[in-house]
Amino acid sequence: MKVEMQNPSVNVSRLKTKIGDWVIVAICVVIMLICLLPMINLLARSLSKTEFLIKHEVFLIPKGFNLSAYSTVLGDPKYIKAFGWTAFLTLVCTFLSLLMSTLCAYPLIFPALKGRKFFNAIITVTMFFNAGTIPNYLLMQNLKLLDNPLVLIIPGCLSVYNMIILRSFFYGIPDSLREAAEMDGASYWTILWNVYIPLSKPVLATLALFYAVGRWNGYSDALLYMKKEQFYPLQLLLYNILQNINQVEVTTQEGFSTPGLQESLKAAIVMFSTVPILCIYPGLQKYFIQGVTIGAVKE
Amino acid sequence: MAKAKSENAKKPMTKQDLWIYVKRYWQLYLLLLAPMIYFLVFKYSPMYYVLIAFKKYSIVQKVSEMPWAKNNGFEYFIKAFKNKDFINALRNTVLLNLFDLICGFPVPIIFALLLNELKFKFFKKTVQTVAYMPHFLSWIIIYGLAFQLFAPTNGLINMIIEKLGGQTIHFLDDPNSWVKTYIGVGIWQSFGWNSIIYLAAISGISPELYEAASVDGANRFQKMWHITLPGIRPTIVVLLILALGNIMGSGFDRVFAFQNNLVMKNAEVISTFVYKYGIKGLQFSLSTAIGLFQSIANVIFLLFANWFSRKMGERGIM
Repeated sequence: MKVEMQNPSVNVSRLKTKIGDWVIVAICVVIMLICLLPMINLLARSLSKTEFLIKHEVFLIPKGFNLSAYSTVLGDPKYIKAFGWTAFLTLVCTFLSLLMSTLCAYPLIFPALKGRKFFNAIITVTMFFNAGTIPNYLLMQNLKLLDNPLVLIIPGCLSVYNMIILRSFFYGIPDSLREAAEMDGASYWTILWNVYIPLSKPVLATLALFYAVGRWNGYSDALLYMKKEQFYPLQLLLYNILQNINQVEVTTQEGFSTPGLQESLKAAIVMFSTVPILCIYPGLQKYFIQGVTIGAVKE
Repeated sequence: MAKAKSENAKKPMTKQDLWIYVKRYWQLYLLLLAPMIYFLVFKYSPMYYVLIAFKKYSIVQKVSEMPWAKNNGFEYFIKAFKNKDFINALRNTVLLNLFDLICGFPVPIIFALLLNELKFKFFKKTVQTVAYMPHFLSWIIIYGLAFQLFAPTNGLINMIIEKLGGQTIHFLDDPNSWVKTYIGVGIWQSFGWNSIIYLAAISGISPELYEAASVDGANRFQKMWHITLPGIRPTIVVLLILALGNIMGSGFDRVFAFQNNLVMKNAEVISTFVYKYGIKGLQFSLSTAIGLFQSIANVIFLLFANWFSRKMGERGIM
C-alpha cells in the first residue's frame, strides 16, 4: 500500500483499470439483456390478458396475469401429440446417432487398419460435396421413405462433423490403455465397450446434446419429405401456426374467437416448445465447450 | 523408424499373413459396415440422380432412359442463367452471405476479448450461459420471437420507437429493413456460440506473455492488440476461410423461416428457390442443375480460399 501511495502514476493506472473493469461488466450486462429481452417479452405476452395485448400495454411484465393460454395449449391434444412425437423422435435419433458415430469413429483410430485412408476419404468428400435437394428427394422417393416416419430418423442419423469430434477425442485417449487391453486378449468390441465408451462420457454427452438439439429444432426434412400431418415435428407445426397456414382455432367461453388471445396463444406455444432445451443446455455447458473446441482442432 | 515401417508395408502379404490380419481386425470392419452403408446410400447414391441436370426429366422413365437435354445436355444450366428469378436468388445468396460475414464475423471475436477481461468467474460463466442461449433456439422459434418483437403496431421495438417519437419501422415487411433484421438476428443467434472457439484459443495463450507485458507497463488495449489478437490469429484465419468458402452456400432453415411474400425480392436464396421450383413446381431438371451449380461453386470457393490462405503464409484447413 505504502509503495503505491508514493507513486501516483501507478495509482492512476490502477484506477483506470478498475473503471475499465466496470465498463466491461456494464457492456456484458447489456449483452445479456439483449439476449434475454425477447424471451422475457414473449413470456410476458403469453401470461397477459387479451385486452392489454390489444391495447399494446405489455412490455416485459405480464398484465392481467393468467395462464389461460397455457391451459389452452396443454388442453389441445394436437400440441401434446406433436410434443410427444417430437420427444420420441429426438430420443430415438439421439440414440441411433450416437451409436452410428461411435461405430464410425472407433475403427478409424487404429493406424494398422487397412483401408483407413480410403474410409476417411469417403467421409471427407461428403463434407464438401452435396448432391442437392432434388437428388436427395428422388432418393427418398425410391427408398419409399416419403411420408414414412423413418425419413425423420434415418437420413440424418450420422453427422460427419460430430463424428470427427468423437474421433478426435478417441485419438486423445492414450494408446497404452488400448494396448494393455489387447495384451490381455480383449476383443476390439470389448475394448470399445470397456475402455473407450466409459472414458468418453463427457464428449458423448456433448454429441447427444448436438444431435438432440438438431432433431428437436429441425423442420426442413419434414417440410420436404413428410406430408402427413400426424408425423409433423413440433417445429413444423409451429411454423404453420406462425405463418397462419393452420389458423389457430381458439374459442373463448363466450364462444367467439379473439385475435388477442390468438397472440398470447402463439406466445405460449413458442414458450412451450422452447422450454425443454433451455432446461437442458446450461447443465451441459462444460461439456459442449469442450466438444466445440475438440471439433476445431485440425486433424 | 518410418522408413522401416514403409518397407514392411511394401512386402507382399502371404495368405497366412492375410488370414492373421483378418482374424485380428474383422471386428473393426464389421463395426464400420453400418456407417459405410449409410454414406453410400444417403451421400453417394443421390449423386447418380445429379444426371437429371443434363437430362429431360420424366416421371415415368428411369434416369438412364431419359433423353439428354438440348445444347449438349446444358439446356437447363442455360435456362437457369436466363431465369431472372434465379439470377436474383444467386445475387441474394452472395449478398446475404457477404453481409453476414462483414457484420457478423468480428462480433464473436470482440465478445471473446470482452469475456477474457472479466475477472469475476461466476459472472463470466453467467454471461456465457446467457449468450449461448440463442444458439439453442430453432429458427422457427427465433422467427416467432422476432415476429412478436418487431411487429409494426404492437411489437416491443416499435412501441419504444413510437414512445420516443420515431416512425414505425416495418422490420419484417420492408425488403431493405428485412435484410438488416435478418443479418441482425443472425448475429444475435450465433455470436455467443461462435465465441467459444476464440475463448478456447485465448486460453491457450501463455500467461507469461501477459505478465511480461504488465511489467513493461502495457495497458489493456495494448495487451489485446499485441498479445491476444496475434495469439488467436490462426483460429481467425481458419474460420475466415470457412466463411469465405461458404459464400455461395445457402442454409435453408434460417432464411425459409424468415421469408414472406412482401420481401422475396431480397429474401429468395438458391436453396429456397430450388425448393419452390423443384419440390413445389416439379421442375426437377432445372432445380437439379441449379443445385449442382451451387455445389460445384461451393467447392471451388472453398479450395480457392484455402489456397489463398496458404499463399498468405497461414495454415490451410485441408
